[in-house]
Amino acid sequence: MSADLNLFITEETIEGDADADGPLAGATVAVKDNISTEGIRTTCGSEMLADYVPPYSATVVERLTDAGATVVGKTNMDEFGMGTTTETSAFGPTRNPADPERVPGGSSGGSAAAVAAGEADLALGSDTGGSVRCPAAFCGVVGIKPTYGLVSRYGLVAYANSLEQIGPIAGTVEEAAAALDVMAGRDPHDGTTRDLSEVDGADPDASYAAAADGDVDGLTVGVPTELFEGADERVVETVEAAIADLEAQGAETTDISLPSVEHAVQAYYVIAMAEASSNLARFDGVRYGNRSESDGNWNESFAETREAGFGAEVKRRILLGTYALSAGYHDKYYEKAQDARAWVRRDFEDAFADVDVIASPTMPVLPFELGESLDDPLRMYLADANTTPVNLANLPAASVPAGEAEGLPVGLQLVGPKFDEETVVRAASAVEER
Amino acid sequence: MSDTSESTGDAEGDAADDADSSAGSAVAAVDAEEVRHVAELARVRLADDEVEEFAAQFGDILDYFEALDEVPETEREEELVNVMRPDEVESGLSQEAALSNAEETEDGFFVGPKVS
Repeated sequence: MSADLNLFITEETIEGDADADGPLAGATVAVKDNISTEGIRTTCGSEMLADYVPPYSATVVERLTDAGATVVGKTNMDEFGMGTTTETSAFGPTRNPADPERVPGGSSGGSAAAVAAGEADLALGSDTGGSVRCPAAFCGVVGIKPTYGLVSRYGLVAYANSLEQIGPIAGTVEEAAAALDVMAGRDPHDGTTRDLSEVDGADPDASYAAAADGDVDGLTVGVPTELFEGADERVVETVEAAIADLEAQGAETTDISLPSVEHAVQAYYVIAMAEASSNLARFDGVRYGNRSESDGNWNESFAETREAGFGAEVKRRILLGTYALSAGYHDKYYEKAQDARAWVRRDFEDAFADVDVIASPTMPVLPFELGESLDDPLRMYLADANTTPVNLANLPAASVPAGEAEGLPVGLQLVGPKFDEETVVRAASAVEER
Repeated sequence: MSDTSESTGDAEGDAADDADSSAGSAVAAVDAEEVRHVAELARVRLADDEVEEFAAQFGDILDYFEALDEVPETEREEELVNVMRPDEVESGLSQEAALSNAEETEDGFFVGPKVS
């Protein structure tokens, strides 16, 4: 059955260190196909990179295989991470193991679905605006988006550098946290990674796996009204029941307000598209990537290569990003989006003065049916309402299964203060124990 | 790719005037000419039907982005510091590895399309 789900773009193996011991020894890991693997093609779900074979591996891949995990394949994804359903892949859509007529979420849909289908113990995704948490929620597994700067992006093919982090996906909170323990930490190849001994309030000796103890007694959980408004009632009911259960375990809940998040999707898409338009300029068919046959000059050849190599959603984002940065529009869109980003960040900082963790639905909707949102990009963007604020604010978050509605998985999102992954993991493990 | 020196063409200039005079109302309409102009700046060739489809979709999406007008000017407290390392020679990709994904190479160089 798994073969029909279209989980993997490439099924090849990188053996883990057989002498390693620790929680990842002997584990299998599926790697999103925008994370470089030496000698194994890395397509980003794009025709442009269909034949691209990286000459080096990403830092996270090295760290996981050194810890004994074996890579079992490269998973399907929305092209360059641009999508919420895994349907923008040039390699066809992935189906949701919970209901094959529905999408697995995206953009790391192949990764979450591989874990849900039992094809891998762990998976790596990348999360620019929710791309780890959304598919984790839709497939009924656990996904963690780390604080910006906790995990190296070296070897991740860039989409929007200021927003994205690589994060683990697993069947349980403890397994995902154990993978994060191995992945986290400074990397000289990524100047944005932080040495936790130099970060105020962070614990350099943190064990995320050990934090999965389910002990939420005395924990204060903020419940932001804005992230429940407009969500599907069935999702809200399921998530509220899970939060009530945290209360039963000794957590306190309190309603909070994050007014800035009403502008998060707008700000996220302007910033992500702007960064994408710049990042994807590198795909000119000269150093790597497929080049179109062209009799034209450099500019014409470049434009024809990109016409053939990119799918519609990638073109949309490159063009809108170019538009938002162009003369006459830069202040109107890009500058205002940066203001909104600062506002979102401040809103969360203010909230964390009073609460330890913030809970909401991960996705405001149940998994889409295949094809349902593909012709309406704005509708797809709006589904990212609850996940994008976290990337704008650089914070850690997890999606953990809250239960089911109509037989479909519903995810609960927990957001913590910067570099406080332990609290997110702790709260998530309590949700799981219900 | 967003070469702003090129973005002062007529289509762009006219549209920018529209944007300036349009506070609040639903006017982020984009015409086919503008889509073609931005596509040219971004070096992405588009088919005619793709131009029409994008013009309609961009109108909806930019209308939605209009709400950013309501965002107050916010102080940005970035905690940014430079990250430096000693300027020492380190090993990197071999020339062979660096060229291994290129469509065309010659004598250890990338071969690109003709310049003009």
